Amino acid sequence: MTLELDHVSLSVRGAPFIKDVSLRLERGSLNVLLGATLAGKTSLMRLMAGLDAPTTGRVRMEGRDVTGVSVKKRSVAMVYQQFINYPSLTVYENIASPLRVAGLRKAEIEERVLSAAKLLKLDPYLQRTPLALSGGQQQRTAIARALVKRADLVLLDEPLANLDYKLREELREELPRIFASTGAVFVYATTEPTEALLLGGHTATLLEGAVTQFGPTAEVYRRPANLPTARVFSDPPLNALRVTKQAHTVLMENGTVLPASGALAQVPNGVYTIGVRAHHLGVEDVATAERTLAGNGLIRLGATIAVTEVTGSESFLHMDMGAERLTALVPGVRRLEPGAPVEVLIDPRRILLFDAEGQAIAPARDAAAA
Amino acid sequence: MASITLDGLAHAYRPDPRGPQDYALKEINHVWRQGGAYALLGPSGCGKTTLLNIISGLVVPTRGKILFDDRDVTRLPTEARNIAQVFQFPVVYDTMTVRENLAFPLKNRRMPREAIARRVEEIASRLDLTSVLDRKASNLTADAKQKISLGRGLVREDVAAILFDEPLTVIDPHLKWQLRSSLKELHRALDLTMIYVTHDQTEALTFADTVVVMHDGAVVQTGTPEELFERPAHTFVGHFIGSPGMNVLPAKVEGRTAHVGDVAIALDRGYSALPRGERIELGVRPEFATLAAPGTGLPVKVTRIEDIGRARIARIEISGNPAAAMVPEELSLDGDSAGLTLDPRQIHIYADGVLVPGEAASREGAV
Amino acid sequence: MDKPVNNRAWLLVAPVFLIVAFSAILPIMTVVNYSVQDTFGNNQFFWNGLGWFQELLDPSTELGGRFLDALWRNLLFSAIILAIEVPLGILVALSMPREGWKVAATLVIMALPLLIPWNVVGTIWQVFARADIGLAGWAINALGIDYNYTGDPLAAWITIVVMDVWHWTSLVALLCYAGLKSIPDAYYQAARIDGASRWAIFTTIQLPKMKRVLLIAVLLRFMDSFMIYTEPFVLTGGGPGNATTFLSIDLVKIALGQFDLGKAAAMSLVYNLIVLALCWVFYTVMTNAGTERRHEENPA
Repeated sequence: MTLELDHVSLSVRGAPFIKDVSLRLERGSLNVLLGATLAGKTSLMRLMAGLDAPTTGRVRMEGRDVTGVSVKKRSVAMVYQQFINYPSLTVYENIASPLRVAGLRKAEIEERVLSAAKLLKLDPYLQRTPLALSGGQQQRTAIARALVKRADLVLLDEPLANLDYKLREELREELPRIFASTGAVFVYATTEPTEALLLGGHTATLLEGAVTQFGPTAEVYRRPANLPTARVFSDPPLNALRVTKQAHTVLMENGTVLPASGALAQVPNGVYTIGVRAHHLGVEDVATAERTLAGNGLIRLGATIAVTEVTGSESFLHMDMGAERLTALVPGVRRLEPGAPVEVLIDPRRILLFDAEGQAIAPARDAAAA
Repeated sequence: MASITLDGLAHAYRPDPRGPQDYALKEINHVWRQGGAYALLGPSGCGKTTLLNIISGLVVPTRGKILFDDRDVTRLPTEARNIAQVFQFPVVYDTMTVRENLAFPLKNRRMPREAIARRVEEIASRLDLTSVLDRKASNLTADAKQKISLGRGLVREDVAAILFDEPLTVIDPHLKWQLRSSLKELHRALDLTMIYVTHDQTEALTFADTVVVMHDGAVVQTGTPEELFERPAHTFVGHFIGSPGMNVLPAKVEGRTAHVGDVAIALDRGYSALPRGERIELGVRPEFATLAAPGTGLPVKVTRIEDIGRARIARIEISGNPAAAMVPEELSLDGDSAGLTLDPRQIHIYADGVLVPGEAASREGAV
Repeated sequence: MDKPVNNRAWLLVAPVFLIVAFSAILPIMTVVNYSVQDTFGNNQFFWNGLGWFQELLDPSTELGGRFLDALWRNLLFSAIILAIEVPLGILVALSMPREGWKVAATLVIMALPLLIPWNVVGTIWQVFARADIGLAGWAINALGIDYNYTGDPLAAWITIVVMDVWHWTSLVALLCYAGLKSIPDAYYQAARIDGASRWAIFTTIQLPKMKRVLLIAVLLRFMDSFMIYTEPFVLTGGGPGNATTFLSIDLVKIALGQFDLGKAAAMSLVYNLIVLALCWVFYTVMTNAGTERRHEENPA
């Protein structure tokens, strides 16, 4: 089954919720909808499911126009953020419930329930009721119920958001394998860039009801087509600096003038935005930078430490540069005192470069490797 | 301002606790220093919320005492303790403006009007709420509402400690960074004791100077983020902290060599007196396990490689035991066999889940 | 939100249309027909145009004066019982237990008056409040207070109001209780930490969170009390004099007592319009409050 959204828009009482979205989701694929709360993830899923009809545009399944066809006639399953199960039924009966509604034979039901339970590691708990299970197992039950229908389209709306961090990690690791074993189109909404990366598949980044980019997840992450995509698909937040290029120099907003290097050397004069991910920012104290880094082609900027966060293996350094807040993720434990002056180092080969309209300028080949 | 002492604290929800299994919170002794930034980290049901409720005065413990400085507050109600709390879901008074919300605790304590106004302005500017002071609190975003909850605690000059109960649950990832940074800045500026309860290791480690890890109603380790990362006192801590968690492999240890299946691993320390009959395991964090070309280091089988953007993580098998390791940027593999190098100083041995210190390297051992 | 279009839905709604046609539209058309005619019995009708309506809306005529008096009585009655039942209901809801076996017991006791048919309520109170043999009536007189609801208009009013409060306060209380139950514990904890007094907790947390159910309670009680008929009819029959003759009672008197079908028809139409108009006002208020809410919980 393929699902196609063709210039789909949704307005409610004049307020636009979904703006001109076109997507083609292939059979057997995992598709992540990545965006902040209220970006339109749930609205888009409701359109895909047929719970709402689009204001304009068409929805096609397998090439057949299904715009306006009710959800009941489509082959759709959904998993929500809340763990939705029948509290009085056993896990077995919970998973079996859509099959009983469909009137399947007993042997068939048993076979399907057992295989879904096995896939989600629920086999030891089949005779318990959901409330006697942990949150992770409750959500596994809900996912099993969605899978057992063998629906053409399975929608998961932030299914791990209410789980403990470690349980989330565990399920996140298993989900791609579980999805791969069925032939359905999976759509998975999340607010977390890391989750999108771990799930893989394809990702559509959403901002204010519009899809800013859609493509293979790793590619969207490494080569964002525009600044909004890079911002949405970045955790910690993307460091974005506005610069003006004039001849062979680059003028930063805080007045620093640098020689134009890397991708910046090849673009015409004008205003650009440099995007640098946190783990691509280097930070050194001023003396070390003077001593060891002269003339190695790195962009160097002065900043002061605002906050340091140490995770034990890595450190997040939040720095102020004029009115800008920069975040760097550096390996090891670096306890720098607030107010300390530092040099921020940017490798020009690892920047994302955007023009004044926010469109990406094709990156130098090196940047793609990082 | 105060330090908070937990003295032999234990709690059972049933009235006649018999064995330790009846206790939601097993005996705990701990001092929260004045001005410290603490995190209470553990999975759901580990007892961290019970402990938080005992500190805030919503639950009276079955045994033990809780002291604010030297004052016994075990039986004092919430309002008589100088604490503030920020909850999982933002609590704001819907009908009031932001200004009225912030003034509320002071108004209830009958502070003079001019003093209230001054204090509210001061706290609002600290929290970046000045521009929304006259808006209805109910119309703001979740992160602004959490700031208001926090602000209602901060306006009180007598507050000894601020308790945070998973305050970032409903906040989007981008705003989490901002809110967390402003929390840290506030902590520095105001010298308040802050206790942050969470199941999210990143939040706990980045926020706190000292992290208290809880498991099954008991404290399993208290330490700085580095200590928890580099020397987990328990395999639970190793697993729970770190993403992915520590690799824990069943092992046989003889002197300074560990055997995982048929793979021999050299150790930095000696373990001659390991307890007999206990489950012996080897723990090493993925960060200290690096994948290499086949033939280098230990032979392993690669099952999958995950790309998390800033790094690649390999899922491997060492003699059939699943583990994780880092993949260097320049390494590219054909097929599923690879080599693995471990940092010997970062390999730990556990007996029944508990860290065994081991004998130091021979030169120091001679002293 | 737009819903998928499906024409078969009309088929499913058709039976409802039919039932409504026979149960509401046809009778109303009959009433409209009566309202423009006059009759002196024998099933003979004479055209009267809008005569009855003119008379009805002119307070100087006998019919108009009578209508206006009854309307005022209705409004006064609704105002009084709202003023009593809403605060009382809130108070009861606040003092109801939150957990344990007491919750179920309280709920059952609270629901009891709501389960008793209207005419039985009237009969119970008719006996209960009688000055000669009724427990309440006799007791009040034994205290030296002259009380007789069949003779004294004030006593009649008080009896009807007390009866209505007894009958319906539970409804308000149960609705408010549902509203209170939906407030998360964290709000109360936060208020305690903020040092809020009991009154402050009520005004800043409980009342705002109860707003929506209160609106429903007020609407239900207003509509119901405005159309009150059975209980006062059984209890006082509209007396003493016309003291408790509400619009509905007067309507029945004219229609069935005097067999003035034309007057009664005109009156019931105007009465109906007033009820509809008030309904519309409440509906608008409520849906407006509803949409504000929905914007907060933006579904996107």
